[in-house]
Amino acid sequence: MIFQLIPSTLRMATPLGFAALGGIYSERSGVINLALEGMMLIGAFGYVVGSQASGSTWIGLLVGMGFGFVFALLHAVATITFQAEQIVTGIAINILALGITEFLVPTPEQVGGLPQWKLPFIGSYSFLVYLLPLLMVVSHMLLFKTPWGLRLRAAGESTEALEAMSLSRTKWQYFGVLLSGILASIGGCFLASEVHYFTKGMTAGRGYLALAAVIFGNWRPLSGVAACCLFGFATALELANRWNIPVQLLHSLPYILTMVVLAGFVGKSRPPASLGKIKS
Amino acid sequence: MSNFSGEIARILNIRKTLASLLQYTTSQAKNVFTNHCLPPLLALSGFFLLCGIVLQIQGQNPLEFYSIIFVSAFSTFDDFGYVLFNATPLVFTGLAVAIAYKSGLFNIGCEGQLYAAAFAAAWIGIHLNLPAFLMIPLCIGGALIAGAIWSAVPGFLKARYGAHEVINTIMMNFIAFALMNFLVTSVYQEPGQMIPQTPQIYETARLPRLGSLLPILPQSNPLNLSFFFACGCVVLCYIFLAYTRWGYELRLLGNAQDVAAYGGINPQAVTVWVMALSGAVAGLAGVTEVLGYRYRFLDNFSSGWGFTGIAVALLGRNNPFGIFVAAVLFGLLNKVALDIEILLEIRRGLFLAGQGVLIIWLVCTEGISRKNR
Repeated sequence: MIFQLIPSTLRMATPLGFAALGGIYSERSGVINLALEGMMLIGAFGYVVGSQASGSTWIGLLVGMGFGFVFALLHAVATITFQAEQIVTGIAINILALGITEFLVPTPEQVGGLPQWKLPFIGSYSFLVYLLPLLMVVSHMLLFKTPWGLRLRAAGESTEALEAMSLSRTKWQYFGVLLSGILASIGGCFLASEVHYFTKGMTAGRGYLALAAVIFGNWRPLSGVAACCLFGFATALELANRWNIPVQLLHSLPYILTMVVLAGFVGKSRPPASLGKIKS
Repeated sequence: MSNFSGEIARILNIRKTLASLLQYTTSQAKNVFTNHCLPPLLALSGFFLLCGIVLQIQGQNPLEFYSIIFVSAFSTFDDFGYVLFNATPLVFTGLAVAIAYKSGLFNIGCEGQLYAAAFAAAWIGIHLNLPAFLMIPLCIGGALIAGAIWSAVPGFLKARYGAHEVINTIMMNFIAFALMNFLVTSVYQEPGQMIPQTPQIYETARLPRLGSLLPILPQSNPLNLSFFFACGCVVLCYIFLAYTRWGYELRLLGNAQDVAAYGGINPQAVTVWVMALSGAVAGLAGVTEVLGYRYRFLDNFSSGWGFTGIAVALLGRNNPFGIFVAAVLFGLLNKVALDIEILLEIRRGLFLAGQGVLIIWLVCTEGISRKNR
């Protein structure tokens, strides 16, 4: 019974996982990223538009990532250079993405999916499903085992340490935010490639769910992606709907769990020390 | 003689005082204008300019677009009634965001709070059948409590455990959507209907439409008594924030947390009641829908009022009267968006996107002025 749920769990968890990894990079560098939702949406939009225009899903993926990059740049310029309120900017970017994709809604023409790889025992999935665990491990190594990751984390934890090394906080924050835009938009591309269409507001709160996974996973890549799998499993249960549990309870389970963890009832989740602090 | 010169001196003195007073008021007015009116006005003109440019690129006539804005919003009382009707919930959500913001808190959860409140109002309206003078206060009271509870939870988690209220209000939004969806599809759905909505509330709980009170508005206009509640709420909020002890505590906590703690204010307690108050005000936006317009709870009725409230508060510079003006403006935009969609076949996403750009512009100008200070 449980094994039948694995395919849909993986499909649900993958877009969340990419967005969550993106969220981790941004928040570890000290910039709150509520714009994951909008970045995913614009990524999905770019994928569909790019695929329709060129006929190649690879180009679609690139266009999606490019759109995500542009939106991330907007978030970065506003929050880092102009020191705008990060939370409000994030919400505004979500509204902007919703508006642009509604205004320039692509033609309802079916687009192809991304290449699928078939593996024994596991089945056939989009190559992004296999890329995610790889990226998760690489992110973990980068953030916690290299000087590069140390500096990125210093931007979010202790600005003084960064200044003592005479490094620019701005540069590392730009890096984190831009990377988060690209990763979140890959998550959006995956969504669009699975359903083959773009529909208005198709991310349906997945960006916020990914943010919840970031917090649930204590701002760490390995546990963040694990949280995505848990949330994906809840969604898979919801879709299968076999046990007469109200679907709405399963749907709100990730949010309740995140609140519990954030409050520290079960294992305290601790944000980067200078997350959201504007003045360096 | 001495009396005479004394008189002269007195007159001169008065003139000097008057002159300095005049100078003071003009400089103050100039100050208020450049700091509080100019940035929103600039952002607004930028917004309309941007819409025009986008339409020009799309091959449409921007001038036609501008003229339709005026025709659609101001040509009859009926049209303007729709504008005010659209503005009513936004006044409440804008005030809710501003109350929290003044004390240094973010309430991103207005959407969930107004759903919880709307459901509470509908529940009371369906289950009780009392005369109107009891019914309406009961429904509104229930809504206030539901909204307050929904936002006090993140407030409490912030005060007691230091959990960030932004994350928790967002989480509470999704929990509210799920819970209300469950209640309205599984427990309280109108019998024999496929639409996820509750039965209608009793007649006595309904707020009268202004069309039935004022001869200048047609009966069909949805503008109702809740608009006057919104006006009253603006004045009350202004008095509360500017002239009461609680308002002072709230602002002090927002401006200088250390001073507030040193001055004997309990930051934890203030955090909880500010969030509760903010949620209660946001809940009134749900009341306008249930008691004033649809007379029932419909799933997903709000078109992002909670999030628009953030834009309203920003544009109104967190001042209750500014928020009122900003809410009317957004009400106008919503009305115009509908007409333009029909007349010019421009999707209303343009306005939504413009709203996003407007918010980013405003927070950037705020950020720059903070940086330069």
